[in-house]
Amino acid sequence: MIKVKINGQEQSWDGDPSLPLLWYLRDELGLTGSKYGCGQALCGACTVMVDKEAARSCITAISDVAGREVTTIEGLHPTGDHPVQKAWRQVNVPQCGFCQAGQIMQAAALLNENPKPSHDQIRDAMSGNICRCGCYQRIENAVHLASTGV
Amino acid sequence: MSIIANPDTAKSNPRRGFERHLKVENVSRRAILQTLGLAGGFVLAAPLLSRPAFAAYETGAGKMPHGTVVDPKVFVSIAPDGIVSILAHRSEMGTGVRTSLPLIVAEEMEADWSKVRVVQAPGDEVKFGNQDTDGSRSTRHYLLPMRQIGAMARAMLEAAAAQKLGVPASEVKAVNHEVVHSASGKRIGFGELASDAANQPVPAVDSIKLKSPRDFRYLGKGQVSIVDLRDITVGKARYGADVRLPGMKYAVIARPPVTGGKVKSFDAAEALKVSGVEQVLEVKGWPWPSKFQPLGGVAVIARNTGAAIKGRDALKVEWEDGPNAAYDSVAYRADLEAAARQPGLVVRQEGDADAALKSADKVITGEYYLPHFAHASMEPPVAVADVKGDKAEIWAPVQSPGGTREDVAKTLQIPPENVTVNVTLLGGGFGRKSKCDFALEAALLSKTLGAPVKVQWTRDDDIQHDFLHTVSVERIEAGLDKSGKVVAWRHRSVAPTILSTFAAGADHAAPFELGMGLVDMPFEIANIQCENPAAKAMTRIGWFRSVSNIPRAFAVQSMVGEIAAATGRDQKDMLLELIGSPRVLKLASVKDLWNYGEPYESYPIDTGRLRRVVEFVAEKGNWGRSVPKGHGLGIAAHRSFVSYIATIVEVSVDDKGKLTVHQVDSAIDCGTFVNPERIASQLEGAAIMGLSLAKYGEVSFKNGRVQQRNFDDHPVVRIDEAPLVTNVHIVPADADTPPSGVGEPGVPPFAPALANAIFAATGKRLRALPIGNQLAT
Repeated sequence: MIKVKINGQEQSWDGDPSLPLLWYLRDELGLTGSKYGCGQALCGACTVMVDKEAARSCITAISDVAGREVTTIEGLHPTGDHPVQKAWRQVNVPQCGFCQAGQIMQAAALLNENPKPSHDQIRDAMSGNICRCGCYQRIENAVHLASTGV
Repeated sequence: MSIIANPDTAKSNPRRGFERHLKVENVSRRAILQTLGLAGGFVLAAPLLSRPAFAAYETGAGKMPHGTVVDPKVFVSIAPDGIVSILAHRSEMGTGVRTSLPLIVAEEMEADWSKVRVVQAPGDEVKFGNQDTDGSRSTRHYLLPMRQIGAMARAMLEAAAAQKLGVPASEVKAVNHEVVHSASGKRIGFGELASDAANQPVPAVDSIKLKSPRDFRYLGKGQVSIVDLRDITVGKARYGADVRLPGMKYAVIARPPVTGGKVKSFDAAEALKVSGVEQVLEVKGWPWPSKFQPLGGVAVIARNTGAAIKGRDALKVEWEDGPNAAYDSVAYRADLEAAARQPGLVVRQEGDADAALKSADKVITGEYYLPHFAHASMEPPVAVADVKGDKAEIWAPVQSPGGTREDVAKTLQIPPENVTVNVTLLGGGFGRKSKCDFALEAALLSKTLGAPVKVQWTRDDDIQHDFLHTVSVERIEAGLDKSGKVVAWRHRSVAPTILSTFAAGADHAAPFELGMGLVDMPFEIANIQCENPAAKAMTRIGWFRSVSNIPRAFAVQSMVGEIAAATGRDQKDMLLELIGSPRVLKLASVKDLWNYGEPYESYPIDTGRLRRVVEFVAEKGNWGRSVPKGHGLGIAAHRSFVSYIATIVEVSVDDKGKLTVHQVDSAIDCGTFVNPERIASQLEGAAIMGLSLAKYGEVSFKNGRVQQRNFDDHPVVRIDEAPLVTNVHIVPADADTPPSGVGEPGVPPFAPALANAIFAATGKRLRALPIGNQLAT
C-alpha cells in the first residue's frame, strides 16, 4: 500500500507500484487537469509539483512519491488565483489550452525557486514545456508579469 | 425530434449534397429545451435559410454539406434570470471560434457579454448547419449568418417589449441587455422578456436590420478573452482525454507499422500478466485506402491508461506489411525529383513558357523539397464511446462532429439519428482531428466490449500513424530578359494527393490542392505554365494547417528571393515588381479554380490587396532597416484561404550554424474581422509552427515504417528558440469587405521569409526542409 498526499489529501494505492503518477491522477483519482502529451518527459504537459519542485508525472512512478506531497493544477491555489494563473489570464496566454496546466505548474515552480527570473532564465526554465499552438511569447510575458506583481 | 429535409435533397448524398432548401417540419420542443436548457418555449415551423436575401456579399457557405442554418430559436435562448445561452456549433481547437461566433450573435442582439454563456452543440448538421471546423472558414462563412441570428433575436425581444408596454415596436430599442422605451423612460430586462420573446414569430431574414458597424461594442474592438480562459488556467477545461464515464475501460491499440498492413498473429500472454490489464483483442481494420476507417490492430484493455500502455509494450504481434512495405523516403524523393524534371499534366497556361524559357537571356532554376509533416497536436487523438444496442454516444475532440456522426453510423451500421457526438475542447487540431478514425476505433471497441471505452493514442501512435502532410518537390524555372525582367515562369509541383486517402490510384492533385498556391500564383508574367506530374501515395495523406500552400509558398517566395539575389535587387521591390499592377486575376486557362470554395465575385484574387499587405508589413516592420552584422532580413507574401499575408523575418546565424530569430512582423488582410486579439494569437502561433516546420518538420519512411516516434526524434520549436519578438499588424477593413481566413494563412509565408532572411544573413540558399544541420556545413 502506497500512501501519498495529493493537493493536501491523503490517498492510498495498492495496485502496480510502477504505475506512472500521471495515470494515477487522471484515471484513478479523476484529477484530469494534468495532461498526457508524450509519456517520456519530453513535453511537460503532465507537470506537477512534488514537494514544491516541478516533476514530470508521466515518468514518475507512484512508488517514487510515496510519503511525499504532490500538487497538481487543481491544487495550486484554492480559488485559482495564484499569481501565475492571474498573469496567464491577463496576458490571454492560451490558444487550445491543453499544455497550459503543465506550463503554469512549471512557471509556479520556477517562481518558488527564483522569484525574479530574467527573460533568459524564464526561457531556460520553460524550455521543457512544449506548446504546439505557439503561445511562447505570451508565456514569457506572463511569467515575467507574475514575477513583478499582477 | 424530427427535422425532415426536402424530399428532393434528402435523396442526394447527405454528406456532399448541397441542401439549401431544408425545412423544419416539426421541431420537438422537448429536444430543444433539453439541449439548451431554455426558459422560453420554442415551437416553430420557421424556414431555415441557407443564404440571406440581402447579403452584402456571397460566400460558399451554402455549398458546404448541410449549408447554414439561420434561426435564433436554434442558436439562442434566454433564461428568466437574464442569462443568454448561445450555441457554438464549431469546434474549439485554439482559434477562439467558440468565443468569436457567439460574440457576433451577442453583438447584434445587444446582449451584455458578461451575461452570455456558450453552449457547445453536438454533431447535428441538419439542425445546426455545416460543422466542419476546417479550411479557415468559420468566421468567413458565419459572420453574416450569426449577425442575422442576433438581429432576429433582438427584433423578437423588441417586439415582446413593445407588446408588454402597448407601444409600437418602432418606439423601443434593445440596448445592452434590456429593451428601452425612451419616450416613457421604461426599460425591461432581457430575462423578463424571455418567454414572451420566444413566442414571437421569427422575423424574415430580409425584414431585419443589422446594426451599423459604428455601434459595435465588441466586433473588431480587440480585447475579448476566450470563454474557456479561466477553466484552462485552473485545470477544469475538458478535452477529449478528460472524459470519464462510470465503468469505462481504457484501451490502447497496436496498429500495423506499415500503412495497409494487417495483423498476422499475436501472443497476448505477457500482456495479460501486466497488473491492471483485463483483455486483449483484435480490432477490425479496413483495406487501404479507406478514408477515415481504422487501421486495425490489437487492443489492450485495462483499468487505466498506464496499465494499457504497459500491456501493449508486452504484446507480441506479427504483422503482414502489405503493399507499402517498400516505402523509403530517400528513394521517393529521387522519384519526385525525376518527375519534376519531366513535363507533367498542364494545369495552367498563359503565353508559351517553354518557348520563352528557351529564348530567355537567363534562366534561374529552383528545385525545392518539403517532406511529410506530422500534426503532433499536444493532445494526441483520443475518444470515448458508449455503444448500447443500436445507439452510440461519442465524446471526442473532433473538427467534424457532423462527419463523425455519419461515419460512426456507417461503421456500426445504425442510423445517424442514433448517434450522439459530444464535442469536447480539442487540444490542438491542425487538420488531424478532421479525421475521426480514433472515434471509430472507440465505437467498435465499445460495441464489442459492451462497456464505455476510451481509446488513447500515445505520442508514438500519433507520429507513426498520422494522416501526414504530403511530401513534395516544387521545381520552378524563371526566364529573364536582358533587362532582368521575368518573362517566363514554369512551375512543376509533384506530390501525392489527399485524394489517395479516399480512392485507390489517385495520383494527380485535386482542384483544391492545385488552387493552393500553384494555379492561383499571382505574378504578372507574360508566359506562365503550371504542371502537375503524377505521384503515387504510399501512406495516408491528409490536410495539415494550410495544406499545399506550405510547399507552394516556400517555392514561389524563395524563387522571388533567388531572382532578387541574381539581379541585385531588393527582395521587397522584386516581390512587388512580380506581383505587378493592382488587378483582379483572370485565370482563363485554369479548368477549375477552386478559390477555397468561395464565389470569385466576393473573393477575387486581387493583386492590389496583395501589394498593400506587402507595403503594410514593410512600413510597420521597418523593412530595409539596418541590422547588425551577421543578421539578415527576409520577406514573403502569400494569399491563402482568401486572405492576404506578408511576413518579415530577421535572423542571425552564428559561426556554429545556430539560428536565432530576432523578430517577426506579420501583416494580414482578412477583410472585416471579429476579434483582433485572437487574430494576433493565431499569427504568433503560425510563426512558431512555421519555424518548427522549417527547422525540424520531417516524417520519413524506411521499409514502409515511420522513422520518428516522439518529441526527441521529431522535435518541435521550444520557447528558448522562439522568435524574440513577434508583431502582428492587421490591415484595417470596412464592414463590407467579406471576412476571410485567419487560422491557417499565417503559416505559408513564414518558412520562405525565413529562408530569404537566412540567405541575406549567410549567402546560403535553403532549397530543402527541414533545415536540420544544413547551416552548420
